[in-house]
Amino acid sequence: MQKKKVVLTFPYKLINQPITYHLVKDYDLKVNILRARINPREEGRLMIEISGKEQSLEKGMNYLKELGVETQSLAQDIRWLDEKCTHCTVCIPICPTEAIILDRNQMIVSFDKDKCIGCGLCVPACPYKAVEILF
Amino acid sequence: MPKTIREINEKIKRGEAVVVTAEEIIDIAEEKGVKKAAQEVDVVTTATFGPMCSSGAYLNIGHSKPRIKLGGGRAYLNDVPVYTGFAAVDILIGANALPDDDPRNKIHPGEFSYGGGHVIEDLVAGKDLKLTATAYGTDCYPRKKLETWINIKDLNETVLFNPRNAYQNYNVAVNLSDRVIYTYMGILKPELSNANYCSAGQLSPLLNDPYYKTIGIGTRIFLGGGVGYVAWQGTQHNPTAPRTPNGVPRTGAGTLAVMGDLKKMSPEYLKGTTMTGYGTTLTVGIGIPIPILDEEILTYTTVKDEDIYAQVIDYSQAYPEFKPGSLGEVSYRELKSGRILVQGKEVPTGSLSSYARAKEIADILKNWIKRDKFLLTEPVQSLPSADSGLTFKPLKERPLE
Repeated sequence: MQKKKVVLTFPYKLINQPITYHLVKDYDLKVNILRARINPREEGRLMIEISGKEQSLEKGMNYLKELGVETQSLAQDIRWLDEKCTHCTVCIPICPTEAIILDRNQMIVSFDKDKCIGCGLCVPACPYKAVEILF
Repeated sequence: MPKTIREINEKIKRGEAVVVTAEEIIDIAEEKGVKKAAQEVDVVTTATFGPMCSSGAYLNIGHSKPRIKLGGGRAYLNDVPVYTGFAAVDILIGANALPDDDPRNKIHPGEFSYGGGHVIEDLVAGKDLKLTATAYGTDCYPRKKLETWINIKDLNETVLFNPRNAYQNYNVAVNLSDRVIYTYMGILKPELSNANYCSAGQLSPLLNDPYYKTIGIGTRIFLGGGVGYVAWQGTQHNPTAPRTPNGVPRTGAGTLAVMGDLKKMSPEYLKGTTMTGYGTTLTVGIGIPIPILDEEILTYTTVKDEDIYAQVIDYSQAYPEFKPGSLGEVSYRELKSGRILVQGKEVPTGSLSSYARAKEIADILKNWIKRDKFLLTEPVQSLPSADSGLTFKPLKERPLE
């Protein structure tokens, strides 16, 4: 069982195609939609967590590529700017998945990209704009 | 035998002073006992790094050709209004100043991504700032308009001046209502879902000198990465706040007004800060050395997070409506553990004040004293203490009719 988070960008011509349906039915993949923005006449963006057997994932991702859907790993869309973080810790209770970790001995904050679901709640909470979500 | 600041300074000049941080002194005193520790240790460094809204800077930009009188006119730095009530070319920037009509602040809750605090950070960072000003023109100052880039290196006096900094303790903010609220204590989730505090606790300057026996007007400090001085008591200085038996206030008490040469400071310790839905402010790094003159003073510096208490206050209704009373008292040890108990519920905590940065500043100040011969000063005047009867009064509102 493999799991990954990706951001899909759909060109305008694919807006009407039920791509998520095909990923589930044809490739036996579990799709959890974390965030979606579909605008008529513009491109669509879907942030999903997709899981399944390694082979099915590979086939599913190829299907998307052949269709012309751009895929990008989520880790690249959430940016933790370490040089701006002051380790104040106000974000710690805000993060729903504990992707923001506090070492309570040193009181130092760090970011675990793999746990982040891209909800973006930390972005307005950070007084120093140390987190960016580019969606 | 009690020591004097002069003696301690002589030791500093000889490179022999024993300097430790307010965190290190805790274990040292426990191991050696207060008496021995007071004899051996000369200085304890304290520090804090957090948002301090009552902060600003005044600067003299120098005269233009022909001259302009900004005093009484209007001026902006990077579109943030600055105060022009002082003379021709002296302007004052406040951390909370916001651009007129900033569209980013018009959609709830309001972004507030740039304001006075950010202007100060950009100024100290050596960036060019856009100055735009209008004036009414006089015979001696005929010019009515000025638009120019300015840079800190070209200015005359550039002074950080903060009317209220280094709060001696503060509240713990929670939200009892059913919707998210945006406050100066951060974003507070509904129904007691998070609790925010703001203090360096056992490292905090005034919590290590609770009756202001060593910190007073003229005390030389680390301020914003450079050297500063305590100028006065801060606004809202409240020495008569209720205290625990060892003198530590249970709620916000003393404050300091501080100032220093902005040209020698650093954007690392003076950071423009955004509180979403509330406004902008300035995060300030301060470090204050405490001369260990006798056992009593040493004892105060051994204060631990578990001995310092703060009041849990509801910021959804009680605070805005100025209703007295607290939801309970918690220690900074509990706050730092990540969870406190409020009304029987476990509430996760976050801090607005960076303990890690405070530790860093306490260490830097230690090095300044040991290596760079940073000398301590004798206050020229003490701050009003608990016996002064001074209290922070609310506004006495008197209708105009």
